Amino acid sequence: MIVFLIKRIGNAILVMLAVAFLAFLIFRFLGDPVEMMMNESATQVERDELRARLGLNDGFLVQYGRFVVNAAQGEFGLSWRNQQAVVTLIAERFPATFELVLIATIISLVVGIPLGVFTAIGRGRWWAESLQFSSVIGVSLPSFLVGILLILVFSVSLGWLPGYGRGEVVNLGWWTTGLLTPSGRAALALPALSLSLFQVTLVMRLVRAEMLEILRTDFIKFARARGVPRRPLWFRHALKNCLMPVITLTAMQIGNLIAFALVTETVFQWPGMGMLFMQAVTFVDIPVMAAYLCIVSFIFVALNTVVDIAYAVIDPRLRKA
Amino acid sequence: MLMKTIMASTALLVLSLPASAETFRWGASRDIGSLDPYSYGDSFTLGVLNHVYEGLVRYDRNLEIEPALATSWEILSPTTWRFKLREGVKFQNGAEFTADDVQASLKRASDPKSPLKGNIPAYKGSRVIDAHTIEIDVSENYPLLLNDLTTIYIFDAGWLKDNNAEAPTDVGSGVEGFATYNANGTGPFKVESRQPDAKSVFVKFDGWWDKPQHNIDRIEFSPIASDATRVAALLAGDIDFTDKAPVQDIPRLEASPTVKLLEGTDLRTVMLGFSQRDQLISGAPNPMKDVRVRQALQLAIDLDLIQKRVMRGKSRNAGTLVAPPIPGYDAALDTPIKADPDKAKALLKEAGAEGFEFDFNCTDTLVNEEQICQAIASMWSRVGLKPKLDQAPRAVQTPKRSSGKVDVYTLGWATLPMLDTYSLTSQVLHTKEGTFGIFNWGGWSDKEFDALTEAAATELDRTKRLALEAQSLKVAKEHVLMIPLHQQPLTWATTNKVADLPLMPDNLPRLWLVKK
Repeated sequence: MIVFLIKRIGNAILVMLAVAFLAFLIFRFLGDPVEMMMNESATQVERDELRARLGLNDGFLVQYGRFVVNAAQGEFGLSWRNQQAVVTLIAERFPATFELVLIATIISLVVGIPLGVFTAIGRGRWWAESLQFSSVIGVSLPSFLVGILLILVFSVSLGWLPGYGRGEVVNLGWWTTGLLTPSGRAALALPALSLSLFQVTLVMRLVRAEMLEILRTDFIKFARARGVPRRPLWFRHALKNCLMPVITLTAMQIGNLIAFALVTETVFQWPGMGMLFMQAVTFVDIPVMAAYLCIVSFIFVALNTVVDIAYAVIDPRLRKA
Repeated sequence: MLMKTIMASTALLVLSLPASAETFRWGASRDIGSLDPYSYGDSFTLGVLNHVYEGLVRYDRNLEIEPALATSWEILSPTTWRFKLREGVKFQNGAEFTADDVQASLKRASDPKSPLKGNIPAYKGSRVIDAHTIEIDVSENYPLLLNDLTTIYIFDAGWLKDNNAEAPTDVGSGVEGFATYNANGTGPFKVESRQPDAKSVFVKFDGWWDKPQHNIDRIEFSPIASDATRVAALLAGDIDFTDKAPVQDIPRLEASPTVKLLEGTDLRTVMLGFSQRDQLISGAPNPMKDVRVRQALQLAIDLDLIQKRVMRGKSRNAGTLVAPPIPGYDAALDTPIKADPDKAKALLKEAGAEGFEFDFNCTDTLVNEEQICQAIASMWSRVGLKPKLDQAPRAVQTPKRSSGKVDVYTLGWATLPMLDTYSLTSQVLHTKEGTFGIFNWGGWSDKEFDALTEAAATELDRTKRLALEAQSLKVAKEHVLMIPLHQQPLTWATTNKVADLPLMPDNLPRLWLVKK
């Protein structure tokens, strides 16, 4: 087991190093931050001095090595644009993204699971089939379009919900939350809905497939023969057996959602990590971009590793793999 | 009893009316970089922070320089200016404004590590004469010091010292600066809170030295980067004002009964530049060194068509390289060149440059830049040329441009923050040498032009200097150093709750002049 753990964690570190390397390779060709940072009337000498101070004249491997050594200590330097520590910037934005992802995940489970059950038990009926069909639209609509449509309907036409920003937030020391104020909750509604749409269909389709499978199994047939009423049969006996893959999927999708949130955050001006990254791209703010990519991939890698280890704990056969 | 209650509540209502806080919600197209005006020299950040910090002088409604923290000034010698400072000015932390503050601020702005250093190129040093008099040393006969000082905002020397912020933040060193998060100026508004990317709140500073012309108590500044979201927020009444209404949404905003559009023309002139090196980037000899080829490129472009189709009638065709409000502009030069494809073809034939291939470098920064470039490329194809359109974000294109790896490129130049033709002639058109010609990406060198620019650089007599600048623009036009296209449209939009907001051609809202 210990060998397995070391192997998995070693793998994770290798993946992180590769991600950091790729990130650096991309930024190498991204553009010249100095041109974006200097005022129009700065002289060439001043530009050259700034380039030297930022260490842009060093070789690629030197820059990469410096980045990895610093990053391992949680030190990502100063944002070139905001002149704030990148770690602080990301830590400030993380609660916004996390709350958005959390609420989107809850919506996707609360809406997706019942929908999955209904489409499974109503298989062949017109309402189940039309739900199934509209889920295809849910998957294929690009999320920025969904976001704009939601804004047009709920914010411009009906005026029910705000279309941008995070509303009033409460500061809990190291965490800011919008969940405790009415305006914060109102502001969360549209972006969370827009972000969860894809997730809802995913959960719904997974639950439907699993339900169909389980409804065919013997133990359901026997239960039915024993006279178990339909409702507890579906929601207690059958659904319980579907939830394991749903939970696994949801855990794995959290990383995805954090990454996907980038588009939603841009549309709704949600002050999260994705917004920060977009701003950094516009201004070639390499420390921020590098840190963002590393942190998001760290979340991915960590989630995957934890899931793998959890499986190995449950099923000893997997330890040899 | 009932009567009493009604009277009491009416009285309360009347009393509470003037005290009710008038909030002005500004949905901007982007966020400011930081609260430190010396952190990042872009005009927009400086413009927003101008509500908190002030310079010795400022621009009025007509973009004329007027006294701000200085009340008067005189030129003592070709290298020394003396400024009389305003008395009774208080910083937002209560400290008194004195000459020491000016000296500390100038020192901070001109620090070798300050990105704002280029905004005050002629500064050499300063001497405090008494609490409200300061002398500033500049390079010899420098005429534009006042223009430069409009963006050098004054910090409180004591506050800088107490918070260890006397030097500007150095991004290379990895240490954060106090002024990035905190502000203490003399301006009409003070910072209440700042959440980057989300919302910054400014509240009225009651101790402001000037008589407020505005009637707002609070500014909520929210950046909303997505055009569609910003327009939606305005239509929904979630914001009062945006400084950037997208050109494609103008008809929709015009149709809305709750929205008012403020339309004007930007100071930014859009132009095309050419490589004047011996070779094109493909390695072929460069035919654009021949003035006839440059004329042909100009004659092939139909400005009216671009104005009508691409810019939807909102831009202003340009005949010269600076916009009318900019000192040095000469109306006599401002006649746009009429398109004449046949003459263009004839000129190309005469120069032996028919059908040559070149790279056309475009970015995404100017209004409708992509469409402008496509239109021009097809106009050039029509006279038999072979432009290769290279379109990419500014961050990608700028390194190519500054290293001279371009044949033809777009450029927008507003002359900010200097607001003088000299900004263009010295930075864009002068031979690239020393502090001159940083944006001379084409690499041309015209001795006659350089001499005129340098003469204007040290001419203190305003009339003579402007005449010299007009003369240099004439040379640029005759030699077709660059092709002027148009001044960009400038569209602000407010809800009809906003009664008065002066639209400034430098695209910087000045909310101390707003009435709601």
